[in-house]
Amino acid sequence: MEREARLLQGNQAIVEGALYAGARFYAGYPITPSSEIAEECSKRMPLNGGVYMQMEDEIASIGAVIGASLAGAKAFTATSGPGFSLMQENLGLAVMGEVPCVIIDVQRSGPSTGLATKPAQSDIMQIRWGRHGDQSIIALSPATVSECFSLTVTAFNFAEKFRVPVIFAADEVVGHMRENVLLPAAGELEIVDRKKPAGPPEDYKPFKADEDGIAPLASYGGDYVFHVSSSMHGPDGYSNNDPANAAWRVEQLHRKIEMHRDEIVLTRDFDAEDAEILIVAFGATTRAGRAAALELRRQGLKAGVLQLVTIWPFADKEVMRFARNARTVVVPEMNYSGQIAGEVRKVLGAGADIRQVNSYNGEVITPQDILNVLK
Amino acid sequence: MSHATGRKYLRSGVLPHLWCPGCGIGVMVGALLRSFEELGYERRDTVVVTGIGCTGKADDYLVTNALHTTHGRALSFATGIKAFNPQLHVVVLMGDGDSVTIGGNHFIHAARRNIDLTAIVINNFNYGMTGGQFSGTTPCGAFTQTSIYGNPERDFDICALAEVAGANYVARGTPYHVWDLQTNIKEALSKKGFSVVEIYSPCPTHFGKNNSMKETLDMLNWLKEKGRPAEEYKKLRPSERDGCFAIGKLVDRDEQDFNFRYQKNRETALASKV
Repeated sequence: MEREARLLQGNQAIVEGALYAGARFYAGYPITPSSEIAEECSKRMPLNGGVYMQMEDEIASIGAVIGASLAGAKAFTATSGPGFSLMQENLGLAVMGEVPCVIIDVQRSGPSTGLATKPAQSDIMQIRWGRHGDQSIIALSPATVSECFSLTVTAFNFAEKFRVPVIFAADEVVGHMRENVLLPAAGELEIVDRKKPAGPPEDYKPFKADEDGIAPLASYGGDYVFHVSSSMHGPDGYSNNDPANAAWRVEQLHRKIEMHRDEIVLTRDFDAEDAEILIVAFGATTRAGRAAALELRRQGLKAGVLQLVTIWPFADKEVMRFARNARTVVVPEMNYSGQIAGEVRKVLGAGADIRQVNSYNGEVITPQDILNVLK
Repeated sequence: MSHATGRKYLRSGVLPHLWCPGCGIGVMVGALLRSFEELGYERRDTVVVTGIGCTGKADDYLVTNALHTTHGRALSFATGIKAFNPQLHVVVLMGDGDSVTIGGNHFIHAARRNIDLTAIVINNFNYGMTGGQFSGTTPCGAFTQTSIYGNPERDFDICALAEVAGANYVARGTPYHVWDLQTNIKEALSKKGFSVVEIYSPCPTHFGKNNSMKETLDMLNWLKEKGRPAEEYKKLRPSERDGCFAIGKLVDRDEQDFNFRYQKNRETALASKV
């Protein structure tokens, strides 16, 4: 496969990224504004030996994705807020069972059915805390169609490398936008495959982590017969309710992400090194942030943007670093509460001049909206 | 040839199991493992998927591949496994809560899709693990911890549901008719497409004692007397049926399964590309 420039919709670029990363299983339930991902997968998967399954609901969709992953597939699903809510319980199983998979959440406006065709960035806390039981999660958020491609590859790489579900937090704007994308040639981007067990099959323990915090994962049907459980389990995957074991398990699930935090937390910065006005943005809102920063620079103000490419784990060190010269930090996001602004406040303290720009009526945030809070 | 014991699929050092005296789940597991052995299943090619509840604990006793899932969703995980690797034997063990109450949607769609899975359903007529509340298969009028005045709801007939939803194979058994049960489980495992074996196995701890079957023996006698071979049951006049139920094979057909049809899809896709 050669490099190829194509005009793609964000949702299409996500599918291109997934296929590039080696995804061969998709299960989903159509929902606006993510449906193009299902449509594209239904077209493409049968052509490369992959599977497209249209399940009866989102609960079943992520169930099938987890099952297929344990059978050896790079597997994913796509949805939006209401469907993502339905996936939460089984997503917890993917965390507990350490099952690599990718969940695309093309965010739309709520609450409830809300404005089904309009954008939002209001699932940030649902992504972080939507499941019962305390747990870590990795979430990435694209600002461009090009990032829809490249970050989907990253999402699969993280899922495979760290044996975790990765949430891909797109939004209706980037999902439906069309831009030119230079698709890389085969082999140009690194593709990570899950670590496989070695050694005698009878000694294999699917939850016994190596020094890097990650346990090798076999596939059903191979030489390594193994057990995966949603219930509290020991290194061998069988039920184990001993308090010491339970504590070890919970710690291990958190620790493997903490250990690799610097590799996982991705940011981009635009004129941010000397910024006195720092705009902390993510997803589609990054675009308005960058336009606003350019306008401020034209006016002679030192403004810059820190884009949170990884939204979970939160980029606390990076926010701290780029805010060191800032007298004002602006956080634009398409939700009412300021879900990311709250995290920024945690890092910079209650005394910091943090200005929220929030949109929750289904309309995007414009550069002017950002400039207005600086007047 | 010596009789199959199924022991090679049983995890060592875990007996006695946790199920109550008089419960049919252990009988089902025994019949299942003997069936595996008689059919020559290898541990590596077999995946047992369980849900939540008393039946959902079965995977802890097995040394096949296993996936212990969330309540009601076992079939959806199993669907993903089978769709991606059609070579695997995928068996789903569920209770009546898992299969047709919280998980009813997955049950009818697995049957409609005719995905090549074997669903073994222990119907103990209540939620046993949580202390005996009524489920979607508790008979109307029956007494449980949440229906002390009699269950106001009607119950599902699991086999009839599986049949109309499109399963290729449907059978009902009981822990009393253990050899017949094993025959039905073997047939279900061997059948391409979605197959269901329901096992009437009233909960001895919560259900029987509240519904005029004080002792385990009373329940076994009920299964023995009221369980009639399907052919015999069909010939009974409605007035003679009087609480009887059909056991044995109820549905046996050979509709194309999901993986077969999806493979056709792939061929169509590839042909249309050139």
